[in-house]
Amino acid sequence: MNLAQIVDQLHLTLLTEPRNLAELQPSGGYTSDLLSCVMSGAKQKSLWVTLQAHGNIVAVAALLDLCAVIITEGAQPEPATVEKANQEGIILLSTNEPSFAVVGKLWEMGLRAC
Amino acid sequence: MAQTPASPHNILINDQVAENITRTEELAYELRVSEVMTSSPKTLSPEMIMRDVVEMFRKARISGAPVVQGENLVGIISMEDLIHCLCQSDLDAQASKYMTRDVLTVKGTDPVVEALKIFVSSKVGRLPVIDDQGKLIGILTKGDITRGLLKALQRDIQVEEIRKYRASHLFEDIESDRTSLILRYNIKPRDFTHGGAASSHIKRALLRLGASPQIARRCGIAVYEAEMNLIIHTLRGGVIRVEIEPNRISIEAYDDGPGIPDVELAMKPGYSTASEEIRELGFGAGMGLANIARCVDNMVLESVVDKGTRLKMRINLDKEESVGEGYSSKLDGGTS
Repeated sequence: MNLAQIVDQLHLTLLTEPRNLAELQPSGGYTSDLLSCVMSGAKQKSLWVTLQAHGNIVAVAALLDLCAVIITEGAQPEPATVEKANQEGIILLSTNEPSFAVVGKLWEMGLRAC
Repeated sequence: MAQTPASPHNILINDQVAENITRTEELAYELRVSEVMTSSPKTLSPEMIMRDVVEMFRKARISGAPVVQGENLVGIISMEDLIHCLCQSDLDAQASKYMTRDVLTVKGTDPVVEALKIFVSSKVGRLPVIDDQGKLIGILTKGDITRGLLKALQRDIQVEEIRKYRASHLFEDIESDRTSLILRYNIKPRDFTHGGAASSHIKRALLRLGASPQIARRCGIAVYEAEMNLIIHTLRGGVIRVEIEPNRISIEAYDDGPGIPDVELAMKPGYSTASEEIRELGFGAGMGLANIARCVDNMVLESVVDKGTRLKMRINLDKEESVGEGYSSKLDGGTS
């Protein structure tokens, strides 16, 4: 499954600049709001689900070469964070749903843990 | 800009493509019209007979040309004007009768983006290029712009390749008993805005030096955790020092306080002294040092309360992973 299908089915909002999401295939999923856990648990090209929305999520996603970050519970990153994400080529997605619901839907779609 | 090599909507964007897109846009501002135009274009005189104009277009395989009197631009004849003339069966008329007199022009000193704006807002296919005195110096089509941009991008790519090649061979031609490259980063306390900047820079430097993506990633994670520790816990910040040698990367993070009372406890996964405020930001999971231990081959943590802390980490590189020695050493490593 590709990122465009995920965005479509979960009604996610793309916060960063438009990209061809259909060409991106997440390798797996990971969820945590503790950055060090993400650092140790999230695999390359995986999808990270978190309610953290501050600038450091971009640094973490860039260092780990993540596929995209889904920010849950309607948390909104600062414009500077979105700009940094665009510079680093990181995709930020947003939803009002809580992390548990997002992860559940991703699992139903066939995405598995890293 | 439909002809740019990479449009964000039809191909996968990786870092390099993203760089090229912004670079194309930059180039549209940097390049001057005179650098991409066709100089000494075919021109017509106002008295030229339209029949000869048709013949000239056919021979030169062009679809339009400026009309000049002396050196000054007085009009332009395009396909549209030619068709108009043919419809009237008036091929014996002079060019001046059918030429378009209100000609859109650009100056040779204008940035290319000015010409792009005119192409987008008008229907013209070519723009005569004039100098400050109104003298015709060239002609510009969208094709000229595309070619100019592609050439400039090609030059850029060559420059980057040379830079990468040089960096990846950095140590090769330097003779010493022990050669190394040292990178230092000053980390300020509570500077969460720049958290991760040093680690990103180090990761990029390693990739440029020819390190494998896995090594760059391991090093990036280790430095990130050390960097965040300096930001979160230190009184006056600290320093990250990375020493790169062909066969090892040695990283040191040090500060002058407050120091760790129980180093053994600090190393325990899940143990953290971070404040509630910092935990809310997602830090302080107590996993930082454990993550570092996982990413490096060797780590030593020394700390004295009220004096400071020094964390030493080392990543060993075997022959295939060596940095700064180019590809030859890697081939040797593969065969020996």
